[in-house]
Amino acid sequence: MQLLRIATAGSVDDGKSTLIGRLLFDSKAIFTDQLAAVERASRERGEDYPDLALLTDGLRAEREQGITIDVAHRYFATPKRKFIIADTPGHLQYTRNMVTGASTADLALILVDARKGVLEQSRRHAFLASLLGIGHLVVCVNKMDLVGWSPERFDEIREDFRRFAMKLDVADLTFVPVSALHGDNVVHRSASMPWYEGTSLLHQLEEVHVASDRNLIDARFPVQYVIRRSDFRGYAGTIAGGVFKPGDEVVALPSGFTSKVRAVWGPGGKPLEEAFTGQAVAVELADDLDLGRGAMLCRPGNRAESAREVDALVCWFSSRSSLTPGATYAVRHTTTETRGSVERLEYRLDVTTLHRDETASALSLNDIGRIRLRTRAPLLFDPYRRNRTTGGFLLVDEHTGDTVAAGMITGAVASPVVWHTAAVRREDRPTRGATVWLTGLSASGKSSVAVELERRLVAAGRPAYLLDGDNLRHGLNKGLGFGPEDRAENVRRVAEVARLFADAGVVAIASLISPYAADRASARTIHDGLPFVEVFVDTPLEVCEARDPKGMYAKARAGEIQGFTGIDAPYERPASPDLVLRPADGDPAAMAAAIQALLDDLG
Amino acid sequence: MFYFFQVSVTSYELSHLAALEAEAVHVFREVAATFERPVLLFSGGKDSVVMLHAAAKAFWPAPLPFPVLHVDTGHNFDEVLRFRDETVEALGLRLHVASVQDDLDAGRVVEETGPGASRNRLQTVTLLRAIREGGFDAVFGGARRDEEKARAKERVFSFRDEHGQWDPRAQRPELWNLYNGRHRRGEHIRVFPLSNWTELDIWQYVRDERIALPPLYYAHRRPVVQRDGMLLAATRFLSLVDGETPYETTVRFRTVGDATCTGCVESAAATPSEVVAEVAATRVTERGATRADDRISEAGMEDRKREGYF
Repeated sequence: MQLLRIATAGSVDDGKSTLIGRLLFDSKAIFTDQLAAVERASRERGEDYPDLALLTDGLRAEREQGITIDVAHRYFATPKRKFIIADTPGHLQYTRNMVTGASTADLALILVDARKGVLEQSRRHAFLASLLGIGHLVVCVNKMDLVGWSPERFDEIREDFRRFAMKLDVADLTFVPVSALHGDNVVHRSASMPWYEGTSLLHQLEEVHVASDRNLIDARFPVQYVIRRSDFRGYAGTIAGGVFKPGDEVVALPSGFTSKVRAVWGPGGKPLEEAFTGQAVAVELADDLDLGRGAMLCRPGNRAESAREVDALVCWFSSRSSLTPGATYAVRHTTTETRGSVERLEYRLDVTTLHRDETASALSLNDIGRIRLRTRAPLLFDPYRRNRTTGGFLLVDEHTGDTVAAGMITGAVASPVVWHTAAVRREDRPTRGATVWLTGLSASGKSSVAVELERRLVAAGRPAYLLDGDNLRHGLNKGLGFGPEDRAENVRRVAEVARLFADAGVVAIASLISPYAADRASARTIHDGLPFVEVFVDTPLEVCEARDPKGMYAKARAGEIQGFTGIDAPYERPASPDLVLRPADGDPAAMAAAIQALLDDLG
Repeated sequence: MFYFFQVSVTSYELSHLAALEAEAVHVFREVAATFERPVLLFSGGKDSVVMLHAAAKAFWPAPLPFPVLHVDTGHNFDEVLRFRDETVEALGLRLHVASVQDDLDAGRVVEETGPGASRNRLQTVTLLRAIREGGFDAVFGGARRDEEKARAKERVFSFRDEHGQWDPRAQRPELWNLYNGRHRRGEHIRVFPLSNWTELDIWQYVRDERIALPPLYYAHRRPVVQRDGMLLAATRFLSLVDGETPYETTVRFRTVGDATCTGCVESAAATPSEVVAEVAATRVTERGATRADDRISEAGMEDRKREGYF
C-alpha cells in the first residue's frame, strides 16, 4: 500500500478542520471515544451538532480561541491508500506552519468558502503550494449548502481561481464542490448537486497519481553517517534522487574521487539489487575513499551543482527578527551545515498579486522574497524544482537556535554572466503580454488556429506574434532533430523566446507538437509569473492521419521517417490543460475565438 | 487503433511500512551524527520495542551507538520488566534505570493517595532528573502523533528548555527531512522517530518483522476489576475500592505502562496476525480504551507535556 501525504490550506473559518473531521468521520477513521469527547465538548459550548473541528484543534489555546495554531498530523487509511494529513493553520500569522506542513506533501487541499469566494489567503496558500513544488492541487469549494448548491457560484469561483493559478506552476488542478458540515461530496457523492460530474474528494485522493512526481533520474546520495565495524565501512544515508545499484560508477563530491558501488544494504543488512529515492540504505564502495557526513555520491556524468553563491526564494519565519542584507546564519542543507550570509535581497514578493517589490530592504514574518546567499563551504545542490531534497535548506539563527527561514534554491550564480536590470518594468509597458501554448499531434489543426488567433488579436489592437514550430526549425532551431533530447531543447528555446515576447507585452502564440509533458511543464516554469495558457488541440489520430496535409503520416507508416509522434514516438496528453479544443468545437475561427475570450478574461 | 504511448514508468514504490521505517532510520542516523549524548527511552512497551528494533537496523552491522533508559515507576508489570532485561541482555545494550522510588525516598515527589492514585505523573520528575544526571542531549521516545491530540501537534525534533518544558506555541518549523537540533547546555531535544506511525502500523510491523513483545500484548487469562468502564489488572499495586471483586477473564493489553492506570481489553487475539485484524476493526483508540490518566481532562496530555512528560 502506498502513502499519500496531504497538506490542507485555506482561510480562517473556511471550514478546514471541519472538512478533515468529516473526511475522517465518513471514512470511519474516527474512534468512538474521540467522537464522544467531541460531542461532550460541543455540548458544553452550546452547539447542537458535534463540531468536528474539535477533533483536530487539540491545544488549549486553539480550543479557547476556536482557531488552529499549529500543524496537526492526522492519519487514516482506506483499502487503497494510507493518508497522512498535515492540517495547517489558515491564520496569516501562522503561514510558517502552513509551509512546514506543505514541505513534504504530495497534494495540497485548498478550501474556499463558497459565500466569500477566493480570498487573499486562498491565493496565498495556492502560491505557497506551488512554491513548495506540490504538483497536485485540489480546491474544495465549501459551504455549498449556504449558496443553495448553486452551480453558477461554483463555476464563478472555479474560473476566478483558475485565472490566478495560471500564473503559478501547478500541473494538476481540480475542483470539488462540498459541504464539509453535511458531508456532501467529501466521502460520498452528493444528491444535492446532481450537476457536478466529478467524483468525491476521497475518491480523488485515492486515485491521484503521484509516483512519477519523484526525481528518479538524477542519482543523489548525501552521506549522513559512516557505519564502521571491523572491515565494514558503509556510507549510511537516505537516497535523495535517482537509483543506486551494485556495479554503478559513482563520483564522490566534493572530492571528485570515483569508485564503484560494491553493495547496497537496506536497514538491518538486507542486500538490495537496487535502491531508489526515499530509501534509507548503507552503501559500500569498491575503493577505500575517505568520505564523511556532507559528502555526496552522484554518477560521473550527472553531478549535483556545486557553488558558494546561490539564488534562492526564502520564506521568513521569525517574528523576533527580520532578514536583512549582510546578516549571517547557519545554513542546514542535506546533511551539511555551513555558515552563510545574505549578499542581496533581490525583491520581496507580494504573494497575492505576485508583484515584486524591488525596493524592499528586509523580509519580516511570513514574507517571501528572493535572496542571493553566499556560503562559507560550497553547497552540493540541484535547483529545488528539480529536487526538493537537494534544493531545500533552512536558515538557523546561531544565537537563539531558532529556524528563521526555509529556502529553495533556484540556481547557482554564474559569475561571468551579469543580469542587467532594465529601467522599464513590466507594468510600465502599454500592453500586457501572455503566452498561448498550442500542443497536439501533427495535423491536429494547431497552425490554422494559431494563424487565426494572431489575425484576430492584431485586428483587435492587441500585439501578437506567431511562433510556429515548423517555421522556427528553419532558423532558431535549425539542426535540431526529433529525438527526446532535441525536442526538449526545441521546446526550451521556443519557451524562452515566447517569454521574451510576453514580457515585452506581446501575446506569443507558440504552436508546436511538444509531445512530452515534462517539456511543456518546463515551458510553463520558464514563464515564471507571466500568464501561460496551455491549449490542447485534441484531434484523434485517425482524423490527423486522414488529413495528412504534408504527407508525413504516410511517410512514417512507410518507415521513411523515424520517431514520428503518434506512430513510433509517444504523445503524452496534457493532464490538466487550460483549454481543450476538439473537432466538434467548430472551425479554426471558432476555436481561436475561444482562446481570445480566455485571454480577455485574464486581462 | 490507438497509437498514443505513455513513457514507461518503472514502479519504484516503497510500501507504507518501508517508507515509515526509512523515515525512522533517517532520524536515528541524523541524531547519532549530530548529538553528543543521545539516549533511547525503553520501557518494554510495544512502541519502544519497535523503536529499538528500527534503531538496531539503522546501524547494522555496528551495535547501537547509544544507551537505553528506563523510567521505572515501581509499579511495572513483572512480565514487562523480565522482557526488558532479556532484550537488554540479548542485544548487548547499556541500560540506565531511573526509579520513581528514589525521588519518593528523597522527598522530591509525594505519592498520590486514594483510588485513582498513580505514579504516572510522578515519572516526569524522575525522567528530567535522569536526563540531567546522564547529560543526555537527545532523548528518543516512541510517542506517535495518532495517539492523542496534543501529540498530533508534536514535531519530530521537539525542543525542551532547561526545565524540560514544551512550549507548543513556540515550536520550530520543521521542513522536508531537515531537522534543527540546536540547543544549549542543559537544554535537550526529544526525538520521535515513530511520529507518523499508527497503532495498526506498529502491529503490522511487529507481525512482518517477527518482533518479540511482552506476553501481556496477547490474549491470556488474568484477574481484573471493572472501574469507570475500564478493565484494570488486579495486581499487588492496585488498591481495591469498596464493592470491587476481582474476576478472571481473557484479556490483552493495547498499551503497557504503570500497572495502576493501564487498562486491558477483552480479547482472544493470541498472535500478531490476530491482533492486526482486531486493531484494524476496533472503534476505540488505544488510549481511550486503556489509559485512565488521559481521562483527567481535555488537555491532560498537553499539560503533562508542558511539564516535561512525553
